[in-house]
Amino acid sequence: MSEVLANPLAARDHARRMAGTVVEAMPVLPPIADDLPEEASPADLLWEETIAAGGYATRRLARGARLRLIDVQGDACASLLLFNAEMPTERLNVADTVKIQWNAYIGAGKLLLSDMGRVLMSITEDSAGTHDTFCGASNAATNGAKYGDGSNSGPHPNGRDRLLLGAAKHGLTRRDVHPCVNLFKGTRIEADGTITPLVGPYEPGRSVILRAEMDVIAVIANCPHVLDPRADWTVTPLRATAWRGPVTPAHDAIRNATPEGLRAFENVDDYYRR
Amino acid sequence: MSVDPHLSGLTGTILHDVTVPARAPWLHHVAAGQTLRIVDLEGNQAVDFLLYSAADDAERYSAQDTVAAQGNLFLRQGTVLRSNEGRAMMTIAATSVEYHDTIGGACSCESNTLRYGHHTKAQHACVENFLEANLAEGRGKRDMVSNINFFMNVPVEADGSLGIVDGISAPGLTVDLKAEMDVVVVVSNCPQINNPCNAFNPTPVRMIVAG
Repeated sequence: MSEVLANPLAARDHARRMAGTVVEAMPVLPPIADDLPEEASPADLLWEETIAAGGYATRRLARGARLRLIDVQGDACASLLLFNAEMPTERLNVADTVKIQWNAYIGAGKLLLSDMGRVLMSITEDSAGTHDTFCGASNAATNGAKYGDGSNSGPHPNGRDRLLLGAAKHGLTRRDVHPCVNLFKGTRIEADGTITPLVGPYEPGRSVILRAEMDVIAVIANCPHVLDPRADWTVTPLRATAWRGPVTPAHDAIRNATPEGLRAFENVDDYYRR
Repeated sequence: MSVDPHLSGLTGTILHDVTVPARAPWLHHVAAGQTLRIVDLEGNQAVDFLLYSAADDAERYSAQDTVAAQGNLFLRQGTVLRSNEGRAMMTIAATSVEYHDTIGGACSCESNTLRYGHHTKAQHACVENFLEANLAEGRGKRDMVSNINFFMNVPVEADGSLGIVDGISAPGLTVDLKAEMDVVVVVSNCPQINNPCNAFNPTPVRMIVAG
């Protein structure tokens, strides 16, 4: 038996020698990002993490915070769940999101709405344009059928099981994993209802910036889109950066873009009137 | 002896047969192998519909898994209604309406404030019905997910525009659902009066279980 296996102090030294190791997919603590937009100060950085291909991450974000997701290599798929952080029974409602905005496709200027008539996050910038509100995440059955295995412990993790683990880190359970939206991988709906997946791969560096309109819990899984037609399980890392920002002011263009959206913001104002 | 046209084609014993009043909820357990027929008695009535596995109600209908598995948004004859675990819960065995919706969700007091204005907040809504029925069996708000709207029409245009438009249903049209597992069916006979889903006039529907 080697020393590191038999001797607890040797095991400790072995563990400690790992300090400072840098890998592709990891959080940076404290957060550092050298490519923040002008309006963001490095002092306001909240989160910098690269989410592995097949991985997940979750974060509580305060009202006003910005979340930037970057599809670093062009083949990420960010399946996103959102909850009201102080009352997680309120969560993203994909049906209300598309119905209330009278449109199925999300992008810059669109709102992600809760089931309580409020806006959880708005999309302030989007250089991707290929997103999906319809298909949700892959699951163990779909990945098992396509790739032979879809388990968390195997080589082809599925989106739903990743979202379940992320939600569980906030004390949430299977009942709480609701329909999600997929960012970076899109769908187009044909006249007969056929769903055409738009999976690229795309040029590296496409990004989406979301603004928290309430205190939210975001859970993000980065697994291949459920309708990805490629035979091989294919996905690349996803970068997440968040920074503090001001609560959306009354004159904000997105807030005032539609009467339905404005009422969603007014319902948020009402919720925080304490 | 008069023949009830709404029972035509159903096989086995009629186990349950009830008319759900306009605007009301309905909950019923349907065993694997049984068939649930929904009759749109007066036409243009949206029937908001959720499903839970009777054995484990954290497994429930998933609109996203259902449409992804068939690669199409519309629910037609042959569509398998899938759970959040990807399993078959029910199959649309027959339908006299070409297709049904599963992207439009359910109306709620809260979403009504966005779609129509705060003057509609006090109106009855499908989520109220879903909650009332589910609470009777210990489920609650966390158990609310995207539902099916039988007899409702939500086309998606090329630019992504969508909206609830005139129903494609008519009086006496039906949909037959065969249970693939033991399920709990929760229905809201939609009370919405602010859009065309019920032709601005909610009406009763009939629920028949045979097997």
